[in-house]
Amino acid sequence: MDMIKLTIDNREVEVPKGTTILKAAQGMGIDIPTLCHFELNNLGVHNKPGGCRICVVEVAGRRNLAPACVTECMPDMVVRTNSMRVINARRTVLELILSDHPADCLQCAKNGNCELQDLAVRFGIRKNPFIGPEHEQSSYQLEVSPSIIRDMNKCVMCRRCETMCNDMQTVGALSAIERGFPAVVSTAFNQHLDHSPCTFCGQCVAVCPVGALTEVDHTGAVLRAIVDPKKTTVVQVAPAVRVAIGEEFGMEPGTIATGKLTAALKALGFDYVFDTDWSADLTIMEEGTELIGRLTKFLEGDKNVPLPILTSCCPAWVNFFEHQFPELRHLPSTAKSPQGMFGAIAKSYFAEKINCKREDMISVSVMPCLAKKYEVGRDELKVNGNPDVDYSISTRELARLIKMANIDFKSLPDAEFDSPLGESTGAAVIFGTTGGVIEAAVRTAYEIFTKKPLPKIDFEELRGLEGVRSATIDVDGLKLNIGIAHGLGNARKLLEDIKAGKSNFHAIEIMACPGGCIDGAGQPLHHGNADIIKARWEAIYRADREMPIRKSHENPSIQAIYKEYLGEPCGHKSHELLHTHYFDRQTTVEVDLNK
Amino acid sequence: MDNKKIIIKMKPEVREKVIEICDSFGNNPGELINVLHQTQDFLGYLPAEVQELIAERLHMPTAKVYGVVSFYAFFTMTPKGKYPVSVCLGTACYVRGAEKILESFEKELGIKPGETDENGVFSLASLRCVGACGLAPVALVDGKVFGRLAPAMVKDIVKEYREME
Repeated sequence: MDMIKLTIDNREVEVPKGTTILKAAQGMGIDIPTLCHFELNNLGVHNKPGGCRICVVEVAGRRNLAPACVTECMPDMVVRTNSMRVINARRTVLELILSDHPADCLQCAKNGNCELQDLAVRFGIRKNPFIGPEHEQSSYQLEVSPSIIRDMNKCVMCRRCETMCNDMQTVGALSAIERGFPAVVSTAFNQHLDHSPCTFCGQCVAVCPVGALTEVDHTGAVLRAIVDPKKTTVVQVAPAVRVAIGEEFGMEPGTIATGKLTAALKALGFDYVFDTDWSADLTIMEEGTELIGRLTKFLEGDKNVPLPILTSCCPAWVNFFEHQFPELRHLPSTAKSPQGMFGAIAKSYFAEKINCKREDMISVSVMPCLAKKYEVGRDELKVNGNPDVDYSISTRELARLIKMANIDFKSLPDAEFDSPLGESTGAAVIFGTTGGVIEAAVRTAYEIFTKKPLPKIDFEELRGLEGVRSATIDVDGLKLNIGIAHGLGNARKLLEDIKAGKSNFHAIEIMACPGGCIDGAGQPLHHGNADIIKARWEAIYRADREMPIRKSHENPSIQAIYKEYLGEPCGHKSHELLHTHYFDRQTTVEVDLNK
Repeated sequence: MDNKKIIIKMKPEVREKVIEICDSFGNNPGELINVLHQTQDFLGYLPAEVQELIAERLHMPTAKVYGVVSFYAFFTMTPKGKYPVSVCLGTACYVRGAEKILESFEKELGIKPGETDENGVFSLASLRCVGACGLAPVALVDGKVFGRLAPAMVKDIVKEYREME
């Protein structure tokens, strides 16, 4: 590799050719401030428009200041990152950005977690010459969708959201529009997100440095339900929440906090604290049976059987294929997501068991996800207008509830989930990351299909963080071709292959968020630190290894519900409660130019 | 949810022409601005459904097409009137009071620059220099040049065209 020698802040350094000044400085422990710049290297996410100009540095012999994030190091370059000229320029840039930003930090959802606020602190901005009656400010309408709140008055035009929506996810809901003060990131024709191809994956929210994009907050509604004596509250927690929530309380990334999480939910006053891992096991029974059913037909010579089967756990992914590939909507498993299955069982089987009327039960989910907020509002997941899950809150929202309730999370003694919807296996917890759902399905499908025990429970070949992966699993002689994609742009590649008849996969797992649910949009904000995602990823597999039972079909409580209530997987009762259907939503763009 | 689907209404000849324009640029997303130029030349404006169609043909998000249309002042989503009015705000016209002329048209027509009146008769725009600086201040109505304008003359010009209706 070609190496380049240069000087940064009077220190010599050698870096590979093509390294940016920002990266070179970071390697020397020089922390050049950034705002628009955003990278998650191991997940292929790069936003470097060089637009905000916070990272400018002085390069000897160059007339103007250079943005460090997009300027490559050159041989013998002499760079100053902290000269008076640089610091003054940065302050002015910051003051100009702040001059068109509401100063309502105390009421902002991102208060204390805002990268612009951090910069203002770092530069000690006390007054601003660009704020005053003679200075213009941009103003946009606040927009609330089922998952995402867009308060574009706070937008700093870093365009990270646009990068996620277009480059990473290839959803194409967002673009920079207009120019000058009216310039903003918005949808086609500035329409409501509901009328755009938005999947509510929320990756825009996950990367927004400021309070322009935030989640719809249901903490108030959940608290009211908990204290209402007429309501029975049932809560479920998704797998990825337990490996991330500790971060909100200063614990190391990758801490498995299942016991404390359960204890905190009990301390908050939920009547029943259950686990989405339980319904993840249930999902495997249904989806695995569906996979075996389709495969058996295929092996018997039925060429019309819909293959590859696609997973259907991820609601943003479901939205994506309904919008962008409706012609393939016969392929995904009809199994509801684990959240959906849990809600349906909670308000039928469990409600009957505790003799509680459907209307008197409030079912809450804690999810690493913002699309789940949208999913609970789907008409197919309601009975007579009453949703199976009333409120879906994010990991961040739960952390806020815990803090509000004076619960010292770190010192809580571990607690156990309640019975019967709290028992789960290692196969369920790996739903929290890319490759996990299909690994769990293979563990079960193998044993049911071959009627033999698995020779090895860990399928390392299905694990990893590369965007598109494939593996061939030997199911006692049958070669099962498996594809895995995370990030919707990667999913698109596999779907285009299917459309072109070039796909030889039998089953494909897709998760909308890069990394899967561990990097869901409802998780604690990582601010571009990819190590955090890696730590959560490792924790998921550690949690799997620590479980006494690691195959879904061996979960005794799952076996019991089939015996007692559901009958057979994919049977009549299962179809009624645990399966769903999909729609063609390709041209849902409604143009209302009066908005 | 199926009922959310809307059928985009567009005359078949418009659809064909837009597809032809896109094809002539190889449906290359890099040619978006050229495609928009030619489409606006043909239609006079770029309605939402046409942008949807262009996005589909060029395999790019509609939001990106709209982003470009809304960025450049030249592109418009408002159909021009039967008699488009353009007031020159170039230097020569400006120093001789073009701003007052524009204001008079705004008042007389009841519309702002970039708008078209309710009946689709007049639309108003400003432009930079028509090469008739000797006649400053100048305005164009339906392609005809009116020079040495004074605010008081605007009313009669508008009246003249109204009577042609």
